[in-house]
Amino acid sequence: MRTTIPIIVAFLSGLVLALAPFFREDNWFGGLKQELTEWLIIVGGFTLLLGVVSITRVNWTAVTRRKEGWGYKVLTLVAVFAMAIPSVLSPEWSTLFGRADGSIYDWLFVNLQSPMMATMFATLAFYIASAAYRAFRARSVEATILLITATLVMLWRVPMGEWILERLPGDIPYLLNTYIMGGANMAVQRGIIIGAALGAASMSLRIILGIERTYMGKG
Amino acid sequence: MAQTEPQSVFRLDRINALILVAVFSAAVLLYTKWAKEGKPLFLRKIPGLDAVEEAVGRATEMGRPVLFVPGIAELDEIETIAGVSILGRVAKIVAQYDTPLTVPVRYPLVLAAAQEVVEQSYIEAGKKDNYDRDTVKYVAGEQFAFTANVNGYMMRERPATNIYMGAFFAESLLLAETGNAAGSIQIAGTARPEQLPFFIAACDYTLMGEELYAASAYLSHEPIMTGGLKGQDFVKMIIVICILVGVALAIFGYGNWFIDSFTAS
Repeated sequence: MRTTIPIIVAFLSGLVLALAPFFREDNWFGGLKQELTEWLIIVGGFTLLLGVVSITRVNWTAVTRRKEGWGYKVLTLVAVFAMAIPSVLSPEWSTLFGRADGSIYDWLFVNLQSPMMATMFATLAFYIASAAYRAFRARSVEATILLITATLVMLWRVPMGEWILERLPGDIPYLLNTYIMGGANMAVQRGIIIGAALGAASMSLRIILGIERTYMGKG
Repeated sequence: MAQTEPQSVFRLDRINALILVAVFSAAVLLYTKWAKEGKPLFLRKIPGLDAVEEAVGRATEMGRPVLFVPGIAELDEIETIAGVSILGRVAKIVAQYDTPLTVPVRYPLVLAAAQEVVEQSYIEAGKKDNYDRDTVKYVAGEQFAFTANVNGYMMRERPATNIYMGAFFAESLLLAETGNAAGSIQIAGTARPEQLPFFIAACDYTLMGEELYAASAYLSHEPIMTGGLKGQDFVKMIIVICILVGVALAIFGYGNWFIDSFTAS
C-alpha cells in the first residue's frame, strides 16, 4: 500500500500532464494541467517548513557540539530568522514588518543578500579563466583545434576583436557565424537536445508506468 | 446572426506530436516487454557510471566523505527526479562501503524525496543503523547562497568524491572548479547543453544529456529498466532517418511538405 498509492498518483498525474497539451486549455481536461501545477505550488509551500527545520537542526547541532566553524553556523541561524520572522509579520503592526520598501526584510535583501549574490556570480569570471586554461591546453590535435576555434570565437565576441577581424582579408566574422556557431556548434547542441528530450520522455514513461521507482525510495 | 463553427476539444494542430508520442510509447513498451521476457539487450558502456563505484571506493580508502548534489532545480524538473534516482543507487553503494555521504539540496520538496531515497538505500544495504537523517540537508533557497555553502563545505571537508547529477545553471562551474581545486574526483551529469562545457572542463567524467536519464537504469542492472533505453534508441534511429530524408528532399526542392509535417504549432 505504501508503494501502490504513490504509483497510482504518479500514473494519473503523469497521464494527465502528458495528454493535456493535446486538448484545448479552455475545456476541463486541458485546464487540469494548470490545476496540477497549482497543487504543486501549494504542496511546495507546506514543505517549506521542512527546509527550515532541516537548516535549524543541522546548524544547531554544529553549534551545541562546538564543531569547527560553529560561529558561522550561529550567523546562519541568526540570518535565517532575522529575514524570515519580520517578513511574515503584518505590515499593519509596523512598517518594519512585511516585505515592502523600508521593511527589515527589504533592508537585509538590498544591502546584504543582493550584493553577496552578485559577488558570488562575479567570481565566475575567475573560475572561467582557470577552467579555460585547462580545457584549451594544446595537448592533442583535437585540443589544438578547440583552442584555435575558441580563440577566434572569443575574439569575434568582443568589440576590439570584431574590429580587428573585420579588417583582415576574408569575411571572418561571417564565416565564424555561419560555419562555427550556426553549423558545427548548432548541430552538436541540437543532437544533445534531441537525445536529452528523448531520455526525459523515456524516463517519464518509466515513472508513469511505475517501472522506475527509485525516486520514491524503492529500488 | 453569424454562426461560428464549434471548436474541437482536441488540438488537431498537434496531431503530429501525438503520433510521435504514440510511436515512442509503443517502442518503449515493446522493448520493456522483450526485456521482461529475458531477451538480451545490449547497452553501451558509460565510463562515468562505471567510475561511480571506484570513486566511492576511493573515498572509503581515504576516509573522506562523498558529496552528491542532485542539481538546484525543484522536484517538478525531470532532471531533478533523475538526479534523485541516481542518488538512490549511489547511496546504496556508499552504505555498503560505510562511507560518509553529504547531500545538500536547495528545495524542501527535494529534501523530503532525497531523505526517503537515501534512508531506503541504507535499509536495502542492511545498514539502517548507519543512516543519519542529516545526510540530506537543506542549505539555502537562493542559487548563490547554496553554491557558497557547498563550496565552503568542499574546501573545509575536502570530500574525496563529488557527484553532480541534475539541473545546473550558472553555479555549475563554481562548484566543479572548487571541487577540482579541493582535489576531489568528480562525476557530473546534466541535460543542459550550455552547462556541459563547464563540467567537461572541470570534472573527470561527464554524463551528457540522455546519459543522465539512462544512469539510474544503467546502475540498476535490471533488464526491465534497460528496455526503456532501447526503445529510446529505436526512436532516435527513426529521427535520424527522418532528418536524412528531410535533408535529401530539401536538397532536391521537395522538402517543404515533409518539414511542415514536423512543425509544432
